[in-house]
Amino acid sequence: MTNKEFLNVPNLKIWSKIGMRAAFGLISIEILKTDKNFFVVTGDVSTSAGLDRFRKNYPDNFIDVGIAEQNLLGIAAGLASEGHNVFTTTFAPFQTMRCCEQIKVNLGYMKQKVCMVGLASGLVLGTLGYTHCCIEDIGVLRSIPNLNIISPADSGELAKALIAAKENNNSTYIRLTGSSNLNQIYTEDYDFSIGKSITLREGKDLALIATGSLVGEAMQCASLLEGDNISCEVVNFHTIKPIDFKKIEELSKKFKTIITLEEHNIIGGLGSAVAEVLSKVKSSTQQLFFGVNDTYSEGGEYEYLLDKFSLSANRVYEKIKKLNI
Amino acid sequence: MEISNEEVKKIKVLSKNVRKNILQISLGAGASSSHFGGSLSTVEILSTLYSKVLNFDVQKPLWEKRDRFILSKGHACLAFYALLCEFGYVSKNDLDKFEKNGSFLLGHPVINKKIGIEFSNGSLGMGLSLGIGVAISLIKRNLKNKVFVMIGDGECNEGSVWEAAMSAPHFKINNLTAILDNNKLQQTGSNLEIMSTESLENKWKSFGWEVLVIDGHNISEIFSAFNTKTSKPKMILAKTVKGKGFSFSENNNEWHHKILTKNQYDEALKELDDK
Repeated sequence: MTNKEFLNVPNLKIWSKIGMRAAFGLISIEILKTDKNFFVVTGDVSTSAGLDRFRKNYPDNFIDVGIAEQNLLGIAAGLASEGHNVFTTTFAPFQTMRCCEQIKVNLGYMKQKVCMVGLASGLVLGTLGYTHCCIEDIGVLRSIPNLNIISPADSGELAKALIAAKENNNSTYIRLTGSSNLNQIYTEDYDFSIGKSITLREGKDLALIATGSLVGEAMQCASLLEGDNISCEVVNFHTIKPIDFKKIEELSKKFKTIITLEEHNIIGGLGSAVAEVLSKVKSSTQQLFFGVNDTYSEGGEYEYLLDKFSLSANRVYEKIKKLNI
Repeated sequence: MEISNEEVKKIKVLSKNVRKNILQISLGAGASSSHFGGSLSTVEILSTLYSKVLNFDVQKPLWEKRDRFILSKGHACLAFYALLCEFGYVSKNDLDKFEKNGSFLLGHPVINKKIGIEFSNGSLGMGLSLGIGVAISLIKRNLKNKVFVMIGDGECNEGSVWEAAMSAPHFKINNLTAILDNNKLQQTGSNLEIMSTESLENKWKSFGWEVLVIDGHNISEIFSAFNTKTSKPKMILAKTVKGKGFSFSENNNEWHHKILTKNQYDEALKELDDK
């Protein structure tokens, strides 16, 4: 078991101010302090992953394979087969799709355990175009057995997810979303376990199921709705796979309308995972999919794209208002 | 280091038995057919490796001091299973389960450390990276175990092979030997026709490997290459014959993946016994 003393309120506050990527580097150093058997393997992205200090101070535990993601996954799986805990990281499209078959064979099929961290997933790199945005990773990876998929809501949850992934038997993909001034959702310690969603706010009229950085937008949206006497439940689905079946079943009994909110294509992501559960339970609940509508749009800044796809708090609020709930 | 004539003889007998097992598996596969040619080109290399080079203990398959072998060209598993049978990892009866429903011996190796299969392979271009990961771990832990990875020449069409090739010298890997089964044929034609890999020796040299070119069916040469100390990562470029051992299959690419009939089986067995 990893010593989790570093998961304290002062650290959570620091991490929340620097965004998930920078926090990842700092959290990796904390994990290394408790596990010398641990490696971080990257593909020429140490700066982007907040790993410069790790790289400089702990070169023995840092492996850079260059811009070669297939080799990155192979080497990581080779290390894992020898009993090492391994985190790999690069930008989300390259961490998932460029080496998708290595993930399938080395991690899913062979069950070698590696924790992959996909940087800047979703729309945050919108000015760089859709080569660097990533709206497909959850859909692509969800079809691979023996793999957890987590999208943390804030930097503190990232720390929790990394530790949980390290202690889990399966490989895990951790999807980082949001910009460096991400909302801090959690200000106090809380229980996190893979596959168990967290209700952040109780409501009566509808449920907003969100993942990643959009959990923050969902919370803001719920506050706006409260002003209009619409009571909105917000559930943080930090884990997309395995999906929290029980919670969705409960929500389907309680609400006529469930909205899934994700910075991902509406095909294959959180919305699809929730719909797959709803199809198995007796329910007349209507599900609305809020996400990227199966398109590669023109580029632009993060806030611009969130507005464009109606994923920002204000736009989600406006859309919900039109539903006349 | 030289190998004695007697030891060469022993490995020749082993190779013969491996080929017999290959015939048995191939016949048993029946209509589902099997990767015959690309397995036969590896027989002498694998027989020498397992007889004289690789450290392992069948009684203790997870022995911490064992060396690691990775068959990256996983479709050559007929030879691999045939060899594992000769060393007692699997039985002759097990060989008859090849590609049968529910079997653990499929058309490409499935990870099963208890019977000496370290990784699942079959999708080409993945094994060398795995081997480098294992090699890095061994170096970091100051362990003396060695890693051996066999790849194919058709496999060298895969870009991921070259990602791995580039990285082994960069990481100063000195405990890994790659073996390239250069039988010059791939699934639907010669390397030259499909994707030229003409200057494989130069390609690997230019990526920073020490390349030893040998006759991949000459046991003395194979042994000597395995025992040559190199300062760079070692690539044994083994010139081989696809379908080696049977006149109907040698250099005949129809035998890449083909059904072996009972008549052919009998003919092949006779040819083997006559040698």
